[in-house]
Amino acid sequence: MNTTNDTPLLRVSDFSVSFQMYDSALEQKELKVISDLSLTVYPGEIVAVAGSSGSGKSLLASAVLGLLPNNASIGGTIAYRGEILSPQRQKALRGKEIALVPQSVAYLDPLMKIGPQVDGTKKPLPTQKRRKIFSRLGLPEKTERLYPFALSGGMARRVLVSTALISDANLIIADEPTPGMTLEQALEALTIFREMAKEGKGILLITHDIDLAFAFADRIAVFYAGTTLEIAPSKDFQTGPEALRHPYSQALWRALPQNGFVPLSGFQPYAGHLPAGCLFAPRCPYKRERCEKEAPSMRNVRGGEVRCFYVT
Amino acid sequence: MSLEAKDISFRYERKQPWIFKDLSLSVKPGERLCIFAPSGYGKTTLGLLLAGYLAPEKGEILLSGKPLPKKGICPVQMIHQHPERAINPHWKLKKVLQESGEIEEETLRAFGIEEAWLDRFPRELSGGELQRFCVARALLSGAQFLVCDEISTMLDVITQAQIWELLLSEGEKRNMGIVVITHNRHLAKRVCTRQLDLTENGL
Repeated sequence: MNTTNDTPLLRVSDFSVSFQMYDSALEQKELKVISDLSLTVYPGEIVAVAGSSGSGKSLLASAVLGLLPNNASIGGTIAYRGEILSPQRQKALRGKEIALVPQSVAYLDPLMKIGPQVDGTKKPLPTQKRRKIFSRLGLPEKTERLYPFALSGGMARRVLVSTALISDANLIIADEPTPGMTLEQALEALTIFREMAKEGKGILLITHDIDLAFAFADRIAVFYAGTTLEIAPSKDFQTGPEALRHPYSQALWRALPQNGFVPLSGFQPYAGHLPAGCLFAPRCPYKRERCEKEAPSMRNVRGGEVRCFYVT
Repeated sequence: MSLEAKDISFRYERKQPWIFKDLSLSVKPGERLCIFAPSGYGKTTLGLLLAGYLAPEKGEILLSGKPLPKKGICPVQMIHQHPERAINPHWKLKKVLQESGEIEEETLRAFGIEEAWLDRFPRELSGGELQRFCVARALLSGAQFLVCDEISTMLDVITQAQIWELLLSEGEKRNMGIVVITHNRHLAKRVCTRQLDLTENGL
């Protein structure tokens, strides 16, 4: 982390997202999918967002870029370089200051060749720059003359990553950039992200490849049921469960194939059926009476933040 | 009684380069074979060939020495990377399961599928929950072989461990042969009995 610069590139504070849904023909209900979320990304920093599938990680990415659907309403604030991100500002900054590596390979325009598509609006771009990035990501030069349908899943994923690498954005939000890549390719992509961070850019890395996140990120935010349960330096995740604070983070660590492959039983609760107290209480081995009645806030414990009443 | 690819060659179109040439492999019941290769090498294509979705241009896919049946439920079932794309979005999940046979309560319990989920539409469940249905559907059909194509890549590691725990115990109970396509070597080490690196087979 760059400690000389105190203004975070991205600051998400007390953020929430709800969807207006029709319950029956005429009755609307509000479905809260992100709640009480606070997160920062400083210049020079890679912050990984890990955690449960369907915990709202991708929604956070959409929210930062102003790409939420119309029936979404938000609470709290998102600030970029200390200034609130209004819808107008989001529109002006996205694709220029803030770049997205989308999660789905379906984001590629099927009717556009890869080369011009990767260059985006900045034409004509020196082809050298693009070819350099392509070769680092192991994409053959002929890729630029292909249409998306001719790419395999892993190739398409690397093309998506190259779109962000080629831009001059200062904040990159990478939503699951690595699935389908081989380990070597994923490591190369993350190495490029690290080089960008060294230039003072910030990277929000949303990923299920948590072992890669442990190795490459500066801090890890663990998401569950629409909020963070723990935000901690990645070295704690490298050390192991004894250095971690939240029982869910510890369970994530233990579920890795190289660390025991132990599945925690139970399921993440659904939006609309969230428990009254702590979101993790139904699966928590250490829960007490208070956990089922009251929701804990994030608090500082051993140099990290954790959402738990009792952990020390 | 094994699943065999015998000297298969495949390309998507006549003028395009070969994806496989004279590739042979076989999987025995009870065996879990992991297939490695860089992305774009044709792992998914190989899976589609083994499960009968595609036919090789040369060579053949054999089950117990005979070609795969052309009618009925294929005894080689493939489970895909994106469960939300492998399930009819307009069907409630009960119907999704019933398509492959009588729902056995025991299987549901073994797969951690909750009764209430059966009355929901696919969009109302998470990827991990849908993937359980895809696995259960494949098993209910009475398949003898499974092709698992990156089935847990999009899932969090806890859900991944849950799914594989179920798949390994059911697979062993039924003495199934499983072809596992994954990039994750740690996962491969955990779940497979044998590994095959396509790049080392001179393709």
